[in-house]
Amino acid sequence: MSAPHNPVHLAVALDGAGWHPAAWREPAARPTELFSARYWTDLAQEAERGLLDLLTIEDTLGLQSSNPRRPDDRTDQVRGRLDAVLIACRVAPVTSHIGLVPTAVATHTEPFHASKAIATLDYASTGRAGVRIRVSGREDEAALFGRRTFGAFEPDAADGGALTALFDEAADYVEVVRRLWDSWEDDAEIRDAATGRFVDREKLHYIDFEGAEFSVRGPSITPRPPQGQPIVAALAHRDVAYRLVGRSADLGFVTPADAADARAILAEVRVEQAAAGRAEETVHVLGDVVVFLDADASAAAERKARLDALLGRELVSDATVFVGTPAELADLVLEWREAGLAGVRLRPGGLPHDLEQITRGLVPELQRRGAFRTAYEADTLRGLLGLARPANRYAAA
Amino acid sequence: MTTTQKQKKQIHLAAHFPGVNNTTVWSDPAAGSHIDFESFVRFAQTAERAKFDFLFLAEGLRLREQNGQIYDLDVVGRPDTLTVLAAIAGVTERLGLAGTINSTFNEPYEIARQFASLDHLSDGRAAWNVVTSWDEFTGENFRRGGFLPKEKRYLRAKEFLAATWALFDSWRGDEIVADKESGVFLADPDAGRFDVTSDQFDIHGRFSVPRSPQTRPVILQAGDSEEGREFAASSADAIFTRHGTLDAGRAFYADVKGRLARYGRSPADLLILPAATFVLGDTDAEAQEKADAVRHQQVSGQTAIKFLEQLWNRDLSDHDPDGPLPAVDPLVGEHTIARGRASVRMYTDPVATARQWRELAEAKQLSTRELIIEVTGRQSFIGTAAKVADALDEFVQTDASDGFVLVPHITPGGLDEFADTVVPLLQERGSFRTEYEGTTLREHLGLGDARPPADAIPGVDTVRGAQT
Repeated sequence: MSAPHNPVHLAVALDGAGWHPAAWREPAARPTELFSARYWTDLAQEAERGLLDLLTIEDTLGLQSSNPRRPDDRTDQVRGRLDAVLIACRVAPVTSHIGLVPTAVATHTEPFHASKAIATLDYASTGRAGVRIRVSGREDEAALFGRRTFGAFEPDAADGGALTALFDEAADYVEVVRRLWDSWEDDAEIRDAATGRFVDREKLHYIDFEGAEFSVRGPSITPRPPQGQPIVAALAHRDVAYRLVGRSADLGFVTPADAADARAILAEVRVEQAAAGRAEETVHVLGDVVVFLDADASAAAERKARLDALLGRELVSDATVFVGTPAELADLVLEWREAGLAGVRLRPGGLPHDLEQITRGLVPELQRRGAFRTAYEADTLRGLLGLARPANRYAAA
Repeated sequence: MTTTQKQKKQIHLAAHFPGVNNTTVWSDPAAGSHIDFESFVRFAQTAERAKFDFLFLAEGLRLREQNGQIYDLDVVGRPDTLTVLAAIAGVTERLGLAGTINSTFNEPYEIARQFASLDHLSDGRAAWNVVTSWDEFTGENFRRGGFLPKEKRYLRAKEFLAATWALFDSWRGDEIVADKESGVFLADPDAGRFDVTSDQFDIHGRFSVPRSPQTRPVILQAGDSEEGREFAASSADAIFTRHGTLDAGRAFYADVKGRLARYGRSPADLLILPAATFVLGDTDAEAQEKADAVRHQQVSGQTAIKFLEQLWNRDLSDHDPDGPLPAVDPLVGEHTIARGRASVRMYTDPVATARQWRELAEAKQLSTRELIIEVTGRQSFIGTAAKVADALDEFVQTDASDGFVLVPHITPGGLDEFADTVVPLLQERGSFRTEYEGTTLREHLGLGDARPPADAIPGVDTVRGAQT
């Protein structure tokens, strides 16, 4: 059976040499190739061999930092990265089925540019594009643009503080991006030789969005992309971010500590979804897990211990850290699936090692248990996620 | 190849993906999609097979309007520039990838990040055509709206370019050690540090993309004005022109190349590349016949009226395209008829231009449509492959240009015939490469490693990066 009745959705999160800060020092790591096309196409093709639903690519505007609030001057960790949306585009023509979901920052950037960029990724990948939207509240990243100033960033403030405004702006941003995708009806291009008209302008729409931070007139310069609406994703750790997922996303990445926590988080997301009037829409929620995998559990533990020793402390992550065998990870994935999650987004501790353990260890294990596809059953990311191509909001019924 | 042939001045060729102007004939049965990625693959691979220097994409950030409605007679819609170039990098190996990016509705940090990323992902093939605009019409799609006064558009473009240079140069290229044994990833804790203060920008921090293969993308500019020529002489690697005749080309060439010395640059540091259209045939007569047919496809009666309105600045929708030009004069003042179209700025004295058009129409007995066909963009090179190859070579060998940006009129196959018939003749003459010699676009263009400092751009003096 190529598409199990109740399949687990599997995503892999790509970032530099892997999610452990010392991962670049592993024997199999390729730290000098992080800025080459070859490195990213190799990883994407490996993920596709494992039939994964999608890959995400991390990104930030500024240089990486070990401190979530300000830059550091460390020289012992990976620093420097390429634009994630462009990496996804570079990878698109050399892959054929896997979904490509780069990160884009909504703060400081233009929703008009983002909309046509992701639409173009959708064209270049013939329907496999998504985008993971994030915000930036850091003073040092604001200084890279010089247009806005932020006070000290307090990500843990109980009321959300400045974060609430940033997430509200992100929701507006997604609204603009989505309206622009719909600003061309599918059959707007008519090439009518008789009347000399290339387009039917009745099928091109001004979006006339007006929000607190921007207003955008439209229409897009890029016709409606193959999926109609590419997938919008967001990573969420708390209320304001669950609200963004509930209001704006097709896909949420969350960080439960265990299955009970997964249930609780999922309930919060569903409340926000209902509050946004989207109760009937499918919003998949995937649990994030940082993984260190080996066929032999003690090998995985030794590797993780070696990396922690290089780091000088135990790895701390926002997500659950899993160390063990692919079969043990399959147990956790299915347990979280039981708790209601649609699947997991796995963050390989080290690349390419832990990605290969996912594609060559975890995937066959889940297939044996009848919980994962044995061949790609669709050509688009929406198709892989079981989402229909949506109607255009501007088209007359 | 003999030594003599090797020393012959080499032609540089770029391929312009057919754009959203009336020169692109969408009604032809051979015309394919302007948006599907397959069209870009086909076009780029043809250009690469023919050993072209680079592929070129134009850009406009708002759909054009005329008479208050979206303009529907030409191709409408195109992909995002940088992303489609990154995808094309995946289906080509040597072809340069040039994109037009606006300096008004973007920010230097983001654009520098994207071009440096494209340069990495293409192994050194990125080029940037720096353009500027100021209009509120385009601004309605962006956060700041029409924030830029018209008189500041060049200032912003110069400061924007200088700011990106500070960013590109902020990594020296030797910082990434990645020594697994010692645990040193970065040799310099300050890598990427920059600080830019100017009229338009006040930005600082650390740039997140390490030095790319070309360090900076190849810089392209267009612009015929005094200010535009001076900007190009100070900072561009190639300049686009519209000078179609040998004499005009030579005059422009001498003028612009003559400006380089004052910026410490040599004539070889800036290439002059006029836009060129072509129609090929088995005989010159057949080519001429095809050219006339193409011109009639490009300028329908309706299109002729729209052109007329762009000069007259009036609604002329009731005018008969097959009759004479309107008796009434153009409306002088703020242009209100056509929006999102840079070309209307060429008409500095519409009444005088209308008078010239009337005189020409009268002398040659031309209808409105025939007149518009006559005065707007006739093809630059028409004839057999041999005749066109001769003409192109003469242009370059007599210093009217360093090559051409070819603008085919059919997507995506409009370059095929040129690639198959004209390119081999240019190669036989020793005027055009038979194989790529280098890997980067800078190498294809014969540009050295010299990079003008940011403060060499006139009017820019307050930009600094840690390494410059």
